[in-house]
Amino acid sequence: MSSQVLPYDPARDDSTERIMRYTLVERVIHWVAGLAYIYVLGTGLAFWSPYLFWIADLVGGGPTARFWHPWFGLLWFAAVLWMYVAWRPDMRTTPADRAWAKHIGDYIRNEDENLPPIGRFNIGQKQFFWVMFYGGIALVLSGVALWFVNDIPWGWRWLRYTAVLVHVVAALFTIGGFILHVYMGTAMVRGGFTSIIRGEVSGDWARMHHRLWYEQVRGKGSSKNEVA
Amino acid sequence: MSQATLRIVKISGHAGPAPGEGMQRQEKVAKLVDTTTCIGCKACEIACQEWNDLPFAITSFDNTYQTMPHTEWNFWNLIKFNEQPKADGGMMWLMRKDQCMHCAEPGCLAACPADSAIVQYANGIVDFQQDHCTGCGYCITGCPFDIPKFNPATKKVYKCTLCSDRVTQGLEPACIKACPTGCLHFGTKDDMKDLAEKRVTQLRDHYGFEKAGVYDPAGVGGTGVIYVLHDATNPEAYGGLPSNPSIPWAVKLWKTPLKILGNLAMLGGLIGVTLHYLRFGPKVVKATPHKREERP
Repeated sequence: MSSQVLPYDPARDDSTERIMRYTLVERVIHWVAGLAYIYVLGTGLAFWSPYLFWIADLVGGGPTARFWHPWFGLLWFAAVLWMYVAWRPDMRTTPADRAWAKHIGDYIRNEDENLPPIGRFNIGQKQFFWVMFYGGIALVLSGVALWFVNDIPWGWRWLRYTAVLVHVVAALFTIGGFILHVYMGTAMVRGGFTSIIRGEVSGDWARMHHRLWYEQVRGKGSSKNEVA
Repeated sequence: MSQATLRIVKISGHAGPAPGEGMQRQEKVAKLVDTTTCIGCKACEIACQEWNDLPFAITSFDNTYQTMPHTEWNFWNLIKFNEQPKADGGMMWLMRKDQCMHCAEPGCLAACPADSAIVQYANGIVDFQQDHCTGCGYCITGCPFDIPKFNPATKKVYKCTLCSDRVTQGLEPACIKACPTGCLHFGTKDDMKDLAEKRVTQLRDHYGFEKAGVYDPAGVGGTGVIYVLHDATNPEAYGGLPSNPSIPWAVKLWKTPLKILGNLAMLGGLIGVTLHYLRFGPKVVKATPHKREERP
């Protein structure tokens, strides 16, 4: 029974080994970023297309959405900056990542047994992080120009034009990352969503997806080890 | 002119075409500003303030006769004052009444994301509907003439309405009414173009202004405010009137190719992950038996 292949379900997991993957602070910051991003995504899409303007009505109407959009954007970016400070060492591409990336086809086809071992995050997670980080910088800088467009003098109008284009392009890149992130974190990689809610994964999960990290955590001598 | 002139033909941020668009023939209206007979008295500025009940706008002095550097949310009609050296060593005072140009292809309306915040009436007037304005300021980016201005108190954008309220009642705009020299005219676009051309011929034939011409820029599809200029080859001299205005390329790029590309990319992403799930399904973890003996 225990070797049977099932979608990961913590309630059915007969492995007793639990590993702390995300601390409470990491989870809180993740959800601040996630919920703030969903707000700016929804309101941003409302301003993007008349066919999606109804989203603005859902959150209080156009003027209300326009008022809060920049503030929620700043909240989102503050959370991303926190992640940058906390996770920057974990987000560097390693030789193990490069070896793993050569087998990306196996990962896509769910033939994970062919994948070389990697650390706490895989290269896709790392690239998602950098898309959100650099996308966030571009969105905040261009967003400030859009926020205070009336204060940009006529002689500097190239700044208005640049800001509109930068904001749109950067937003589209983050949306691409967001679609993949939500899909992989919920539907595709079972156990991922629980890990960002309750913080824990099973030993089997850690061994399968992040074996080097698993060995590192185990080396510290406790299955409840909080990884910095 | 009647209520029917306010039939809407273009709507900003609207899903689908404007209802009733193109159902009836309609004369376009236009303002003609003859800069060659403007004396810079600014009666039009005051008439605009009074008719539209606008609060006092702070003026500034910059060693010219100009009231302030540019139009404001509460100052929609501004005489731009410029000194222009002449070839014979003399000097000309160029005075141009600056206000919304009521473009046939309005950049503000193209940029606006809010349903019905900006409309274009069948008579050609481009009007802001502050009830629907979200205050995003995209119209400020879209305008090639630096006209829409943001009011931080109401968080709405304002500009000249071409006195659409007066026009529906068969009246001319307040600025026209106040002009003492006859440099301002109001009527159908065709009549105004005709009058402007006659004045240009006069300027060329009798006053020696060989470069005189009409300003009705094709880049924005023509405008609802047209100028007679002494020198139509250099409109920039008239307080920065752009010589070839059009909707900014960044706004055009954003509103058409980028939007199509972005929509395809987002849709493609959603379809892609759905297909991946249908083809490959979730990643499952093989559960191993209890391995207590392995634990340190």
